Amino acid sequence: MTDEPLLRVSALSKFYGSRVGCETVSFDLWPGEVLAVVGESGSGKTTLLNCLSTRLLPSSGTASYRMRDGQWRELYRMSEAERRFLMRTDWGFVHQNPADGLRMTVSAGANVGERLMAVGDRHYGKIRATAVDWLSRVEIDEDRIDDEPRAFSGGMRQRLQIARNLVTGPRLVFMDEPTGGLDVSVQARLLDLLRGLVTDLGLAAIVVTHDLAVARLLSQRMMVMKDGHVVESGLTDRVLDDPRAPYTQLLVSSILQV
Amino acid sequence: MPTPLVVSDVAKSFTMHLRDGIRLPVVAGVSFSIRAGECAVLGGPSGAGKSSILKMLYGNYAADEGQIIVQHEDGLIDLASASPRTVLAVRRQTIGYVSQFLRTVPRVSALDVVAEPLVERGEEREAARDKARTLLTHLNLPEKLWTLPPATFSGGEQQRVNIARGFITEHPILLLDEPTASLDARNRDVVVELIAAKKAAGVALLGIFHDQDVREAVADRVIDVTAFAAGRIAA
Repeated sequence: MTDEPLLRVSALSKFYGSRVGCETVSFDLWPGEVLAVVGESGSGKTTLLNCLSTRLLPSSGTASYRMRDGQWRELYRMSEAERRFLMRTDWGFVHQNPADGLRMTVSAGANVGERLMAVGDRHYGKIRATAVDWLSRVEIDEDRIDDEPRAFSGGMRQRLQIARNLVTGPRLVFMDEPTGGLDVSVQARLLDLLRGLVTDLGLAAIVVTHDLAVARLLSQRMMVMKDGHVVESGLTDRVLDDPRAPYTQLLVSSILQV
Repeated sequence: MPTPLVVSDVAKSFTMHLRDGIRLPVVAGVSFSIRAGECAVLGGPSGAGKSSILKMLYGNYAADEGQIIVQHEDGLIDLASASPRTVLAVRRQTIGYVSQFLRTVPRVSALDVVAEPLVERGEEREAARDKARTLLTHLNLPEKLWTLPPATFSGGEQQRVNIARGFITEHPILLLDEPTASLDARNRDVVVELIAAKKAAGVALLGIFHDQDVREAVADRVIDVTAFAAGRIAA
């Protein structure tokens, strides 16, 4: 483990006109660390995620990323092409709706292989072998490799999206409600899979979720957002077991016990 | 040899914002230290704050004030003010914790639940599983359960998985929150043996044991938590 963070975020704000998306958010993320961002709809967590992943440009503030060569780069000063390259190679983005992250009309194998080709792989046999390997890692049978994701169930689509994102060996993955909209049994399988992959690959991840159980299972650190502000942050189990901010206490006490 | 754990003037209260901000003081002026090779027991009635103290020492509860100084790697760290990242490193390397209840993860086998803390410390998965097998055998957990996720186990079976998970590593400090509460006599004896082995290995142990026999068998010293009652200081 290095002693340098992977991502440094300082006073990041995004305004939509006079409305606050998120305001003065600061944190550091280290390699291998999973940070959960929780809060209700409209709390600004998705705005924050979109700013961090440069899908959206912030109104003010900075975010620096340590590239593979050890150089620090300011995300919002990079060219569009550089950002796209980062997004295709060193980063992943797992959308809540797999259709937003997959190409629904090309085969599962091509969905995974496409990211490899984007980083310069040209050998068809190798690409296919890697795709097969990744499909099996996300528990999709090899004989589905030529099927289009349109023919997949929601849970399978989500697993395919994860494979597509991880195949290039990214160091940082953004996830927006990765288990939202899935049955609980499918959710459990996906969570277990994600947890295993994140640990095995030493990924850093920022996971936006409104589900505190998901946050507890996947993350070591947590930020609680309300009205665009971070109202509490810290170790995930500390925030959940000893919540201090009024809003966090409300969130934690609102969970239904099974 | 430096003292592995020194607690000084730690205080804890809960502020219930959903109930008009009512403040519930738990403990104040908590001060004690644990030597290597010693097992100290937190004593006092239910509600005195024993679990809260243990949870603060693990970074699970935040301390309002005071210091929790831990000998971590080659230096001293104040857990009460440490960053989340430091607390995680301390948990990985220095402080182990056996909680009262096992928090199960779907689809992870009992064997891997036990082996996980070793794997996190960089041990090979198979070597870690071997140690897990040895411990689970020692704790009389039927072998047919090892490959199953513990969610459906009985209370006593889950607790044994939890104990194995806590005892598998060589953390120099080990916190025990009623590890024997739902065990039968035979398995309680196994836990007493395991604690004795940890003491012999120079581990500093701090525990809560409601079971009188176990407490007498393992405790070198009882720390009376009622001495840290916060009610009279606050309010």
